[in-house]
Amino acid sequence: MAEHREFFYRRLHSLLGVVPIGLFMVQHLVINHFAVYGEESFNRAAGFMAGLPFVLLLEIFVIYLPILFHAILGVYIVFVARNNTRTYGFFRNWMFRLQRITGIVTLVFIAWHVWETRVQIGLGNADLDYSLMEGILTNPFMFWFYVIGVVSAVFHFANGLWSFLVSWGITQSPKSQKIATYAVIVVFFAVSYLGVRTLIQFAYGV
Amino acid sequence: MAEQSTVTFIITRQGGPDSTPYEETFEIPYRKNMNVISGLMEIRQNPVNAKGEKSTPVMWDMNCLEEVCGACSMVINGTARQSCAALVDQLEQPIRLEPMSTFPVIRDLIVDRDRMFDALKQVKAWIPIDGTHDLGPGPRMPEKKRQWAYELSKCMTCGVCLEACPNVNDKSNFIGPAAISQARLFNAHPTGEMNQSDRLNGLMEDGGIDGCGNSQNCVQVCPKGIPLTTSIAAMNRATNIQAFKNFFGSDNAH
Repeated sequence: MAEHREFFYRRLHSLLGVVPIGLFMVQHLVINHFAVYGEESFNRAAGFMAGLPFVLLLEIFVIYLPILFHAILGVYIVFVARNNTRTYGFFRNWMFRLQRITGIVTLVFIAWHVWETRVQIGLGNADLDYSLMEGILTNPFMFWFYVIGVVSAVFHFANGLWSFLVSWGITQSPKSQKIATYAVIVVFFAVSYLGVRTLIQFAYGV
Repeated sequence: MAEQSTVTFIITRQGGPDSTPYEETFEIPYRKNMNVISGLMEIRQNPVNAKGEKSTPVMWDMNCLEEVCGACSMVINGTARQSCAALVDQLEQPIRLEPMSTFPVIRDLIVDRDRMFDALKQVKAWIPIDGTHDLGPGPRMPEKKRQWAYELSKCMTCGVCLEACPNVNDKSNFIGPAAISQARLFNAHPTGEMNQSDRLNGLMEDGGIDGCGNSQNCVQVCPKGIPLTTSIAAMNRATNIQAFKNFFGSDNAH
């Protein structure tokens, strides 16, 4: 692979975005959604995840390293693009641009989110439970910051799924790419619902 | 369109590769069925700008005048296209002409498209058949395949897809959609297929197919209607398989 390093990194970037990062995000939002069934239910689900064997290793290899790689190469990819939606305002060109914008928004959001939750728990300044998130999200500013962060992460995942299918040569024909577009729109709304519904539960208790 | 007596061109000009670009306005007499090139020819005959000052003829590139050679591409009213096929009657006035921004300007509207030809070399977009003796007839090509391959062969290296691509610019080394589609064309040919791994490995070099970000502008703007994004996706699959073959496979030849 040495002679095709750039190709290999870009393909790895595409793969990591879906497996494991995309899968982790969906799993994360599903677990969080237990909050909707009550405080007790959320604490049990989150406690189960935190109590998985080798949890730190799992976190490092399934979450931290892949996200770090995806983020660093991603920022470079954002940097080398010259957006031209003003001249060429096609749907896919807008998706291309939004993919880059949501990537940066998601990066900022994840950095803050990890600092505020996982790092603080790790330092012993906070406990992993319902009240931690409740405390953060009852602040209206943080609530909207989280809504924007979650929705942009989900958009980045759903649209990234679409380009994953192209980058790996699965959807080639215009027709299959169109159907994939409809499919990822469904993914976007379904996963967004999961995430935002949970945020509303934490913020307003409903 | 109402009968009018003059046509106004606002042209972005540049004396040489390193000079500063400037705009110059020309008003030329209107004739029926003019295209942008005939307008430029009119300016060349009498290079006097709209202020009545004597100027120099505007330089541009052209060859076939029937949208087949790809030489006369420029940005007309904001969109990259061939100036021979741009009819004055169908354009909003004043008509703004600029050189394509993706390529280095040589002078006025003439750009250097060398990078496209370098890209064709990178992907080996030809079929090596030269030898010292007659190799005999090559394998036959299925008609159905010939039909879609013919569409790909319409590429005239005009540069419009590169101009529209947000990932082709001076910050990136992406070769652009045209060469990727040409690799697919020559890999589709029954004789060219024998060297397909060479072309796929060319696509995997730095600046190759991985630079595509799926904005899909290329397929929208291609004057020849080439299914560029289908070609890119097809070559994505082919290069991925080639990458696995290179790493895990035992057969270096293919």
